[in-house]
Amino acid sequence: MSIPQLLVHDPVDNVGVVVVEGLTAGTGMLCVVTHDNSDFRMTVGMDVPIGHKIALKDLAVGDTVIKYGQDIGRIVAPVSKGDHVHVHNLKTKRW
Amino acid sequence: MNIGKKIWAYRRENGRVGVRNYVAILPVDDISNAACEAVAAHIQGTIALPHAYGRLQFGEDLELHFRTMIGTGANPNVAACIVIGIEPGWTKKIVDGIAATGKPVAGFWIEGNGDIATVAAASRKAKEFVHQASEQVRVECDLTELWVAAKCGESDTTTGLASCPTVGNMYDKLVPAGLYGCFGETSELTGAEHLAAARAATPEVGEKFMRTWRAYQNDVIEAHKTSDLSDSQPTKGNIAGGLTTIEEKALGNLEKIGKEISFIDVLQPAEAPTSGPGLYFMDTSSAAAECCTLQAAAGYVVHIFPTGQGNVIGNPIMPVIKVTGNPRTVRLMAEHVDVDVSGIVRREMTIDQAGDALIDMIVRTANGRLTAAEALGHREFVMTKLYRSA
Repeated sequence: MSIPQLLVHDPVDNVGVVVVEGLTAGTGMLCVVTHDNSDFRMTVGMDVPIGHKIALKDLAVGDTVIKYGQDIGRIVAPVSKGDHVHVHNLKTKRW
Repeated sequence: MNIGKKIWAYRRENGRVGVRNYVAILPVDDISNAACEAVAAHIQGTIALPHAYGRLQFGEDLELHFRTMIGTGANPNVAACIVIGIEPGWTKKIVDGIAATGKPVAGFWIEGNGDIATVAAASRKAKEFVHQASEQVRVECDLTELWVAAKCGESDTTTGLASCPTVGNMYDKLVPAGLYGCFGETSELTGAEHLAAARAATPEVGEKFMRTWRAYQNDVIEAHKTSDLSDSQPTKGNIAGGLTTIEEKALGNLEKIGKEISFIDVLQPAEAPTSGPGLYFMDTSSAAAECCTLQAAAGYVVHIFPTGQGNVIGNPIMPVIKVTGNPRTVRLMAEHVDVDVSGIVRREMTIDQAGDALIDMIVRTANGRLTAAEALGHREFVMTKLYRSA
């Protein structure tokens, strides 16, 4: 298998993690779901650093972000599929 | 189950297995640091463990101080121990606690003697201990006689994808064979606490875990927070590495305990496990040096530290093995990495292979290989303090 650009923990997740350095907007990514080793292709919408998350679908304010098949917080600014998900649009539901 | 892997290690008086052979010079209190450091500078082969506390503590906080001091001196990686305090009362209490293991220990106090006479007397004893310790020989022991703790730090999203699952795979293989394991970081399980509780061996242990977690939330976080902790937990390093929320960080953290094993008890900070071999949860801060110091004081002799962004933590008496799955950290900070599992995110290495690579590094470290943190001189010894002194 070639080296993936994006890894997704669980089939129900709506975000994935960039695992290569220097990923630039417009790159067609090989995305692998680690739970079952399935893969799919998706285009990244912006430059996203290694380790950072990308939305696998459009997300609206109030949506729950799912990673590891679990709730990791709520969307506070709209996100388009392929865009960067981080502290500017995702907040904790705790504390 | 015996997995058949052997190590060369030190068999201590109480039967425990150590992988290092220190003569520790342990201060009871902050004002005895100078005398301890003078002894360590004078007598080669000793190590001073200066710290910031030990005066006017009381109640549970004082109990934790004694538990940490006695546990550190009693750790099987310590061959012998010199204890120096300002006065004899608390000094003798710590000496007696360490002596219960059967290892050589001697106490000295400064009041009525002064630093110089105390350092002279302690140095003579330390020299005697160094001769004894340096004639100890490693003997063949089972790998699973080790007590191996884990804690992750400067985590990022690769931690949950690669380095923490590597630790979990190691525990899944070694804990059923008799290893003592330990994970902690109470606050940092927030968002995954329900999953952690479900991994308790019995409902009673699960409830004990939830009580401990809730107490940390109420007594520490809620009592003192001024914001949503977004400047502290996740840390700036976590955020730079792509982690956004505490829930996300916690889910990656929990990957350390594997997929098959359960934890059999909940320990207080620095409390030694007494329920036999197995995985334990310890109530700790998520700050690396505090957590490692508590785990060493509980008797753990090897530490596995998965990191994403490159936490450089070490411990003075317990080798800390660094594991990372972040290719950028491997590229930029290779001197801090003992086990590179970045092949996992390239899909070139399986979690099972990474777990085996970690087990191999535990064997090599137990046999004497210095870890990256040891070679680089990291000796972070940080006591946990529960509240202000009287």
